[in-house]
Amino acid sequence: MSENRIKIVEKILNANDRLANTNRQKFDDAGVYAINLMASPGAGKTSFIIKTIEGLIADGVQIGVIEGDTAPVTIDSDKINAAGMPAIQINTGGECHLDAIMLENALDQMDLSPLDLVIIENVGNLICPAAFELGAHSKVVVASIPEGDDKPYKYPNIYRGLEVLIINKTDLLPYIDFDMDYFRQGVEMLNPGLTTFTVSCKTGEGIDAWLDWLKGKINK
Amino acid sequence: MHELSVTESVLEIACKHAEKAQAKKVTDIYLVIGKLSSIVDDSVQFYWDFISKGTLCEEATLHFKRIPAELVCLECGNKYTLDNDLTPCPQCGSARIRVISGDEFNLESIEVQR
Repeated sequence: MSENRIKIVEKILNANDRLANTNRQKFDDAGVYAINLMASPGAGKTSFIIKTIEGLIADGVQIGVIEGDTAPVTIDSDKINAAGMPAIQINTGGECHLDAIMLENALDQMDLSPLDLVIIENVGNLICPAAFELGAHSKVVVASIPEGDDKPYKYPNIYRGLEVLIINKTDLLPYIDFDMDYFRQGVEMLNPGLTTFTVSCKTGEGIDAWLDWLKGKINK
Repeated sequence: MHELSVTESVLEIACKHAEKAQAKKVTDIYLVIGKLSSIVDDSVQFYWDFISKGTLCEEATLHFKRIPAELVCLECGNKYTLDNDLTPCPQCGSARIRVISGDEFNLESIEVQR
Protein backbone atom coordinates (compact mmCIF):
# COMPACT_ATOMS: atom_id res chain seq x y z
CA MET A 1 0.00 0.00 0.00
CA SER A 2 1.47 3.35 -1.02
CA GLU A 3 1.85 6.07 1.55
CA ASN A 4 -0.88 7.96 -0.20
CA ARG A 5 -3.34 5.18 0.40
CA ILE A 6 -5.30 5.85 3.56
CA LYS A 7 -6.99 2.87 5.14
CA ILE A 8 -10.35 3.80 6.58
CA VAL A 9 -12.69 0.79 6.88
CA GLU A 10 -15.67 2.73 8.10
CA LYS A 11 -19.31 1.76 7.76
CA ILE A 12 -20.73 4.30 5.37
CA LEU A 13 -23.82 4.74 7.50
CA ASN A 14 -21.79 5.15 10.68
CA ALA A 15 -22.89 8.75 11.20
CA ASN A 16 -26.51 7.69 10.96
CA ASP A 17 -25.95 4.81 13.39
CA ARG A 18 -24.33 7.11 15.93
CA LEU A 19 -27.24 9.50 15.77
CA ALA A 20 -29.63 6.58 16.11
CA ASN A 21 -27.93 5.75 19.40
CA THR A 22 -28.53 9.31 20.58
CA ASN A 23 -32.20 9.00 19.66
CA ARG A 24 -32.39 5.72 21.56
CA GLN A 25 -30.93 7.43 24.61
CA LYS A 26 -33.63 10.13 24.43
CA PHE A 27 -36.33 7.45 24.43
CA ASP A 28 -34.68 5.60 27.29
CA ASP A 29 -34.27 8.76 29.38
CA ALA A 30 -37.99 9.49 28.95
CA GLY A 31 -38.99 5.89 29.69
CA VAL A 32 -40.58 5.58 26.27
CA TYR A 33 -40.71 2.40 24.18
CA ALA A 34 -40.17 3.22 20.51
CA ILE A 35 -41.19 1.26 17.43
CA ASN A 36 -39.98 1.74 13.87
CA LEU A 37 -42.95 0.60 11.79
CA MET A 38 -42.14 -0.29 8.20
CA ALA A 39 -44.18 -1.64 5.29
CA SER A 40 -44.92 -1.19 1.64
CA PRO A 41 -47.44 1.50 0.67
CA GLY A 42 -50.96 0.32 1.36
CA ALA A 43 -50.08 -2.52 3.73
CA GLY A 44 -52.12 -0.85 6.45
CA LYS A 45 -49.54 0.89 8.64
CA THR A 46 -51.78 3.77 9.65
CA SER A 47 -54.80 1.51 10.24
CA PHE A 48 -52.60 -0.73 12.35
CA ILE A 49 -51.40 2.24 14.41
CA ILE A 50 -54.98 3.38 14.96
CA LYS A 51 -56.01 -0.14 16.05
CA THR A 52 -53.07 -0.12 18.44
CA ILE A 53 -54.06 3.27 19.87
CA GLU A 54 -57.67 2.14 20.27
CA GLY A 55 -56.54 -1.02 22.01
CA LEU A 56 -54.27 0.72 24.49
CA ILE A 57 -56.25 3.87 25.24
CA ALA A 58 -58.35 2.14 27.96
CA ASP A 59 -55.14 1.20 29.79
CA GLY A 60 -54.12 4.85 29.85
CA VAL A 61 -51.11 4.31 27.60
CA GLN A 62 -49.97 7.61 26.09
CA ILE A 63 -48.81 7.23 22.51
CA GLY A 64 -47.00 9.64 20.23
CA VAL A 65 -46.83 9.00 16.52
CA ILE A 66 -44.24 10.27 14.07
CA GLU A 67 -45.43 10.11 10.51
CA GLY A 68 -42.91 9.94 7.70
CA ASP A 69 -44.20 10.92 4.29
CA THR A 70 -42.50 11.84 1.08
CA ALA A 71 -45.04 14.54 0.29
CA PRO A 72 -46.28 17.38 2.51
CA VAL A 73 -49.67 15.85 3.23
CA THR A 74 -51.20 15.44 6.67
CA ILE A 75 -53.65 12.65 5.85
CA ASP A 76 -52.00 10.18 8.24
CA SER A 77 -51.29 12.59 11.09
CA ASP A 78 -54.87 13.87 10.86
CA LYS A 79 -56.11 10.31 11.40
CA ILE A 80 -53.84 9.89 14.43
CA ASN A 81 -54.99 13.19 15.91
CA ALA A 82 -58.58 12.13 15.34
CA ALA A 83 -57.80 8.96 17.32
CA GLY A 84 -56.81 11.22 20.21
CA MET A 85 -53.02 11.10 20.20
CA PRO A 86 -50.32 13.60 19.22
CA ALA A 87 -48.68 13.19 15.82
CA ILE A 88 -45.70 14.88 14.27
CA GLN A 89 -45.39 14.87 10.51
CA ILE A 90 -42.00 14.51 8.87
CA ASN A 91 -41.92 15.46 5.22
CA THR A 92 -38.87 13.70 3.79
CA GLY A 93 -38.87 15.95 0.73
CA GLY A 94 -39.05 13.03 -1.67
CA GLU A 95 -36.57 10.85 0.20
CA CYS A 96 -37.67 7.23 0.29
CA HIS A 97 -37.00 6.53 3.97
CA LEU A 98 -36.61 8.11 7.37
CA ASP A 99 -33.12 8.41 8.80
CA ALA A 100 -31.81 9.16 12.25
CA ILE A 101 -31.37 12.89 11.53
CA MET A 102 -34.99 13.29 10.46
CA LEU A 103 -36.10 11.48 13.61
CA GLU A 104 -33.87 13.66 15.76
CA ASN A 105 -35.52 16.77 14.29
CA ALA A 106 -38.97 15.32 14.90
CA LEU A 107 -38.11 14.48 18.50
CA ASP A 108 -37.22 18.13 19.07
CA GLN A 109 -40.87 18.91 18.37
CA MET A 110 -42.34 16.15 20.52
CA ASP A 111 -42.56 16.23 24.29
CA LEU A 112 -41.66 12.68 25.27
CA SER A 113 -42.17 13.11 29.00
CA PRO A 114 -45.92 12.28 29.13
CA LEU A 115 -45.58 9.41 26.65
CA ASP A 116 -45.20 5.66 27.16
CA LEU A 117 -44.91 4.61 23.54
CA VAL A 118 -43.77 6.24 20.31
CA ILE A 119 -44.62 4.68 16.97
CA ILE A 120 -42.59 5.93 14.03
CA GLU A 121 -44.41 5.26 10.78
CA ASN A 122 -41.67 4.98 8.20
CA VAL A 123 -42.12 5.85 4.52
CA GLY A 124 -44.04 3.13 2.66
CA ASN A 125 -41.19 1.24 1.04
CA LEU A 126 -39.67 -2.22 1.51
CA ILE A 127 -36.12 -1.34 0.48
CA CYS A 128 -34.61 1.85 1.80
CA PRO A 129 -35.99 2.02 5.37
CA ALA A 130 -34.24 -1.30 6.06
CA ALA A 131 -30.83 0.36 5.69
CA PHE A 132 -31.28 3.20 8.19
CA GLU A 133 -31.32 2.67 11.93
CA LEU A 134 -33.49 5.23 13.70
CA GLY A 135 -32.86 4.34 17.33
CA ALA A 136 -36.19 2.62 18.01
CA HIS A 137 -36.27 -0.35 20.41
CA SER A 138 -37.88 -2.62 17.90
CA LYS A 139 -38.49 -2.77 14.21
CA VAL A 140 -41.89 -4.01 13.16
CA VAL A 141 -42.95 -4.78 9.60
CA VAL A 142 -46.55 -4.89 8.47
CA ALA A 143 -46.90 -7.29 5.57
CA SER A 144 -50.30 -7.75 3.97
CA ILE A 145 -52.01 -10.53 2.10
CA PRO A 146 -52.67 -8.61 -1.17
CA GLU A 147 -48.95 -7.86 -1.57
CA GLY A 148 -48.34 -11.52 -2.35
CA ASP A 149 -46.47 -14.35 -0.67
CA ASP A 150 -43.14 -13.77 -2.41
CA LYS A 151 -42.19 -10.56 -0.63
CA PRO A 152 -39.66 -12.06 1.80
CA TYR A 153 -37.82 -13.51 -1.21
CA LYS A 154 -37.87 -10.24 -3.13
CA TYR A 155 -37.13 -7.86 -0.28
CA PRO A 156 -34.98 -9.90 2.09
CA ASN A 157 -33.31 -7.02 3.91
CA ILE A 158 -36.46 -5.63 5.47
CA TYR A 159 -37.28 -9.02 7.01
CA ARG A 160 -33.90 -9.29 8.71
CA GLY A 161 -33.20 -7.57 12.00
CA LEU A 162 -36.91 -7.32 12.76
CA GLU A 163 -38.37 -8.01 16.18
CA VAL A 164 -41.97 -8.44 15.09
CA LEU A 165 -43.80 -9.24 11.87
CA ILE A 166 -47.46 -8.40 11.44
CA ILE A 167 -49.34 -10.15 8.64
CA ASN A 168 -52.30 -7.88 8.00
CA LYS A 169 -55.53 -8.20 6.01
CA THR A 170 -56.09 -11.87 6.84
CA ASP A 171 -59.76 -11.24 6.08
CA LEU A 172 -58.74 -11.25 2.40
CA LEU A 173 -57.22 -14.76 2.50
CA PRO A 174 -60.31 -16.42 0.96
CA TYR A 175 -60.07 -14.14 -2.09
CA ILE A 176 -56.36 -14.10 -2.82
CA ASP A 177 -53.87 -16.82 -3.77
CA PHE A 178 -51.52 -16.35 -0.88
CA ASP A 179 -49.51 -19.41 0.16
CA MET A 180 -48.93 -18.78 3.86
CA ASP A 181 -46.46 -21.68 4.18
CA TYR A 182 -44.32 -20.36 1.33
CA PHE A 183 -44.40 -16.86 2.80
CA ARG A 184 -43.48 -18.08 6.26
CA GLN A 185 -40.67 -20.27 4.96
CA GLY A 186 -39.13 -17.20 3.31
CA VAL A 187 -39.39 -15.28 6.56
CA GLU A 188 -37.95 -18.20 8.54
CA MET A 189 -34.87 -18.29 6.30
CA LEU A 190 -34.22 -14.62 6.95
CA ASN A 191 -35.20 -14.36 10.58
CA PRO A 192 -35.56 -17.73 12.33
CA GLY A 193 -38.17 -17.80 15.08
CA LEU A 194 -39.43 -14.28 14.37
CA THR A 195 -42.37 -13.23 16.55
CA THR A 196 -45.31 -13.03 14.14
CA PHE A 197 -48.93 -11.93 14.55
CA THR A 198 -51.56 -12.48 11.89
CA VAL A 199 -54.16 -9.76 12.12
CA SER A 200 -56.97 -8.06 10.31
CA CYS A 201 -57.30 -4.36 11.04
CA LYS A 202 -60.68 -4.57 9.34
CA THR A 203 -62.22 -7.20 11.64
CA GLY A 204 -59.89 -6.74 14.61
CA GLU A 205 -58.90 -10.41 14.52
CA GLY A 206 -55.51 -11.11 16.09
CA ILE A 207 -54.97 -7.55 17.37
CA ASP A 208 -55.27 -8.60 21.04
CA ALA A 209 -52.27 -10.94 20.81
CA TRP A 210 -50.19 -8.08 19.40
CA LEU A 211 -51.39 -5.73 22.14
CA ASP A 212 -50.44 -8.28 24.80
CA TRP A 213 -46.92 -8.49 23.37
CA LEU A 214 -46.68 -4.70 23.24
CA LYS A 215 -47.98 -4.18 26.79
CA GLY A 216 -45.18 -6.43 27.97
CA LYS A 217 -42.68 -3.99 26.48
CA ILE A 218 -44.18 -0.72 27.66
CA ASN A 219 -42.78 0.57 30.89
CA LYS A 220 -46.04 1.34 32.66
CA MET B 1 -33.39 4.58 -4.10
CA HIS B 2 -31.54 5.88 -1.07
CA GLU B 3 -28.29 6.33 -2.94
CA LEU B 4 -28.26 10.10 -2.53
CA SER B 5 -28.01 9.88 1.25
CA VAL B 6 -25.38 7.15 1.14
CA THR B 7 -23.36 9.02 -1.47
CA GLU B 8 -23.38 12.07 0.78
CA SER B 9 -22.06 9.90 3.58
CA VAL B 10 -19.27 8.56 1.36
CA LEU B 11 -18.27 12.12 0.50
CA GLU B 12 -18.35 13.22 4.11
CA ILE B 13 -16.19 10.33 5.33
CA ALA B 14 -13.70 10.65 2.47
CA CYS B 15 -13.31 14.42 2.91
CA LYS B 16 -12.92 14.05 6.67
CA HIS B 17 -10.03 11.61 6.29
CA ALA B 18 -8.42 13.58 3.45
CA GLU B 19 -8.45 16.76 5.53
CA LYS B 20 -7.00 14.92 8.48
CA ALA B 21 -4.17 13.68 6.26
CA GLN B 22 -3.71 17.22 4.86
CA ALA B 23 -4.16 15.86 1.35
CA LYS B 24 -4.38 18.17 -1.65
CA LYS B 25 -6.92 15.96 -3.29
CA VAL B 26 -8.45 12.52 -3.28
CA THR B 27 -7.83 10.48 -6.43
CA ASP B 28 -9.53 7.17 -5.63
CA ILE B 29 -12.17 5.88 -3.26
CA TYR B 30 -12.54 2.16 -2.57
CA LEU B 31 -15.95 0.95 -1.50
CA VAL B 32 -16.95 -2.55 -0.44
CA ILE B 33 -20.58 -3.51 -0.97
CA GLY B 34 -22.15 -6.77 0.14
CA LYS B 35 -24.57 -8.49 -2.19
CA LEU B 36 -27.43 -7.92 0.23
CA SER B 37 -26.88 -4.16 0.44
CA SER B 38 -29.42 -2.67 -1.91
CA ILE B 39 -27.03 -0.16 -3.42
CA VAL B 40 -26.85 0.48 -7.15
CA ASP B 41 -23.35 1.44 -8.33
CA ASP B 42 -24.58 3.56 -11.22
CA SER B 43 -26.81 5.64 -8.99
CA VAL B 44 -24.02 6.29 -6.52
CA GLN B 45 -21.81 7.34 -9.42
CA PHE B 46 -24.57 9.57 -10.80
CA TYR B 47 -25.02 11.47 -7.53
CA TRP B 48 -21.29 11.49 -6.90
CA ASP B 49 -20.59 13.49 -10.04
CA PHE B 50 -22.88 16.23 -8.74
CA ILE B 51 -22.15 16.36 -5.07
CA SER B 52 -18.37 15.96 -5.18
CA LYS B 53 -17.96 19.16 -7.23
CA GLY B 54 -15.92 21.79 -5.42
CA THR B 55 -14.67 19.36 -2.77
CA LEU B 56 -11.35 17.59 -2.19
CA CYS B 57 -12.94 14.56 -3.81
CA GLU B 58 -13.99 16.27 -7.02
CA GLU B 59 -11.68 14.23 -9.24
CA ALA B 60 -11.82 10.99 -7.32
CA THR B 61 -12.70 7.75 -9.05
CA LEU B 62 -15.10 5.46 -7.24
CA HIS B 63 -14.15 1.78 -7.11
CA PHE B 64 -16.86 -0.69 -6.17
CA LYS B 65 -15.92 -4.09 -4.83
CA ARG B 66 -18.88 -6.44 -4.58
CA ILE B 67 -18.69 -9.28 -2.11
CA PRO B 68 -21.04 -12.26 -2.02
CA ALA B 69 -23.54 -13.10 0.67
CA GLU B 70 -22.56 -16.07 2.78
CA LEU B 71 -25.07 -18.15 4.70
CA VAL B 72 -24.78 -20.86 7.30
CA CYS B 73 -27.33 -23.62 7.86
CA LEU B 74 -28.40 -23.79 11.49
CA GLU B 75 -29.28 -27.50 11.13
CA CYS B 76 -26.21 -29.03 9.53
CA GLY B 77 -23.65 -26.22 9.74
CA ASN B 78 -23.13 -26.12 5.97
CA LYS B 79 -21.87 -22.77 4.67
CA TYR B 80 -22.90 -21.61 1.22
CA THR B 81 -23.01 -18.46 -0.85
CA LEU B 82 -26.12 -16.87 -2.22
CA ASP B 83 -26.28 -16.73 -6.01
CA ASN B 84 -29.55 -15.05 -6.75
CA ASP B 85 -32.68 -16.08 -4.95
CA LEU B 86 -32.83 -16.91 -1.31
CA THR B 87 -32.69 -20.71 -1.10
CA PRO B 88 -32.81 -23.29 1.69
CA CYS B 89 -29.62 -25.17 2.56
CA PRO B 90 -28.49 -27.04 -0.58
CA GLN B 91 -27.05 -29.84 1.59
CA CYS B 92 -29.94 -30.71 3.92
CA GLY B 93 -32.83 -28.59 2.63
CA SER B 94 -33.41 -26.79 5.92
CA ALA B 95 -34.85 -23.28 5.88
CA ARG B 96 -33.22 -22.50 9.22
CA ILE B 97 -30.34 -20.46 7.89
CA ARG B 98 -28.50 -17.35 8.96
CA VAL B 99 -26.81 -14.72 6.85
CA ILE B 100 -23.22 -14.27 8.01
CA SER B 101 -21.98 -11.77 5.46
CA GLY B 102 -23.25 -9.74 2.56
CA ASP B 103 -24.50 -6.69 4.45
CA GLU B 104 -21.27 -4.78 4.14
CA PHE B 105 -21.31 -1.23 2.95
CA ASN B 106 -17.94 0.17 3.88
CA LEU B 107 -15.48 2.75 2.77
CA GLU B 108 -12.29 0.68 2.79
CA SER B 109 -9.66 3.24 1.80
CA ILE B 110 -8.87 6.34 -0.19
CA GLU B 111 -5.90 7.28 -2.33
CA VAL B 112 -4.75 10.88 -2.00
CA GLN B 113 -2.19 13.34 -3.35
CA ARG B 114 -0.39 15.33 -0.73
